[in-house]
Amino acid sequence: MLAIDLNKKLGDFSLDAKFEGTSGVTALFGPSGSGKTSIIGMVAGLMRPDSGSITINGEVIFDSATGVDEPAYKRRIGYVFQDGRLFPHLSIAHNLDYGRWMSGAGRDEAQFRRVTTLLDIAHLLRRRPGALSGGERQRVALGRALLMKPRLLLLDEPLASLDAARKREIMPYFVRLRDEIKLPMIYVSHDVHEVKQLANRVVMIDAGRVVTIGNVDLI
Amino acid sequence: MFELSAEEWTAVALSLRVAAVSTAVALPFGIAIAWVLARKDFPGKALVNAFIYLPLVLPPVVTGYLLLLAFGRKGLFGEALASIGIVFSFRWTGAALACGVMAFPLLVGAIRISIEAVDRRFEDAAATLGANRTWTFLTVTLPLTLPGIIAGAVLAFARALGEFGATITFVSNIPGETQTISAAIYTLTQVPGGDLKALHLVIIAILISLVALVASEWFGRRAGARVHGI
Repeated sequence: MLAIDLNKKLGDFSLDAKFEGTSGVTALFGPSGSGKTSIIGMVAGLMRPDSGSITINGEVIFDSATGVDEPAYKRRIGYVFQDGRLFPHLSIAHNLDYGRWMSGAGRDEAQFRRVTTLLDIAHLLRRRPGALSGGERQRVALGRALLMKPRLLLLDEPLASLDAARKREIMPYFVRLRDEIKLPMIYVSHDVHEVKQLANRVVMIDAGRVVTIGNVDLI
Repeated sequence: MFELSAEEWTAVALSLRVAAVSTAVALPFGIAIAWVLARKDFPGKALVNAFIYLPLVLPPVVTGYLLLLAFGRKGLFGEALASIGIVFSFRWTGAALACGVMAFPLLVGAIRISIEAVDRRFEDAAATLGANRTWTFLTVTLPLTLPGIIAGAVLAFARALGEFGATITFVSNIPGETQTISAAIYTLTQVPGGDLKALHLVIIAILISLVALVASEWFGRRAGARVHGI
């Protein structure tokens, strides 16, 4: 599915990560500052590795040896940022439609209804991002990433900015997402509970290196 | 008591036309250059920057004279432009050019600050959603820059209304063609009995400026709220 072999020097910090993602949820687990976000940033195409390769479903999207470097906007990899990053100048409906506009695709009413129902955000469509709670914002960010029909979904500590009550409120949506939408996901987190609840597989990262790979009993 | 002669109305209408046209034409160039200065590093950037800000610090008469040398009928570019039908000298278009050049630093400055303030993480988000650089600019960067664009446009418009030195040097003071409000007021103060008429134009100038300021405040607040997701 996803094969990653990445090297990147960031100041004094050097990142050297090699692992394979499978279907379901792969957790990138490790302390903050261990390089997890940089890894998925490189997968998404927002950061350029010094060397290495990224292959998704057999298609090479980055390879320093052959000079392949597909730009981020062509990768069709969904990204849910820690801070949501909903476009502040657009309504919720327009935020959700953004990916479809950019791809030039027609409106897929069934898919739109399915995602907004799954995430319980249908009643928010006419609001603006500033009027949403933290939990609602993350659900919309998740919906926006899903509606661009990605082939892989990257989740960068999507619950980290929320308090415990909000986390409990949102977790079920992620579980539903995992079970109902067959989409490979990489879930970055340093929270044992989140990873145990959600992940099929764990890649442990420390100081820019992959320490171990295994199932959730690892942690 | 408040009646304007046809000649004075002409000056008011001409001023508005010159200010509006110079602002509208300068705007796309201003946005492009502000973007380059905010986002790109290249050799000679400091020089380019200084060149753009030059009209702000040069005596307006000097700018006007340089425009005359460049775009006058026998000027450096004037002759070539005239052969394709673009004439600036002693035309209202020349007044618009002078106003545009004088207002350009203010326009670029306001927009540049605004582009620098755009949170580039939103542009990353747009890229992951399939937006190439052009679409990212048009759908994310530009809308988030809107308050600065409005502020810059109003500054440029006001500067154009108030322009005097460069305009009168470059295209003279011809009623109906290049005589803007400022030039008309100047002329009226030079003739006996022109004081009252000059006062009329002064009041109109104040009114136009006030309306522009209030409108920019209103648009700016709306755009600002949108940029903050409200």
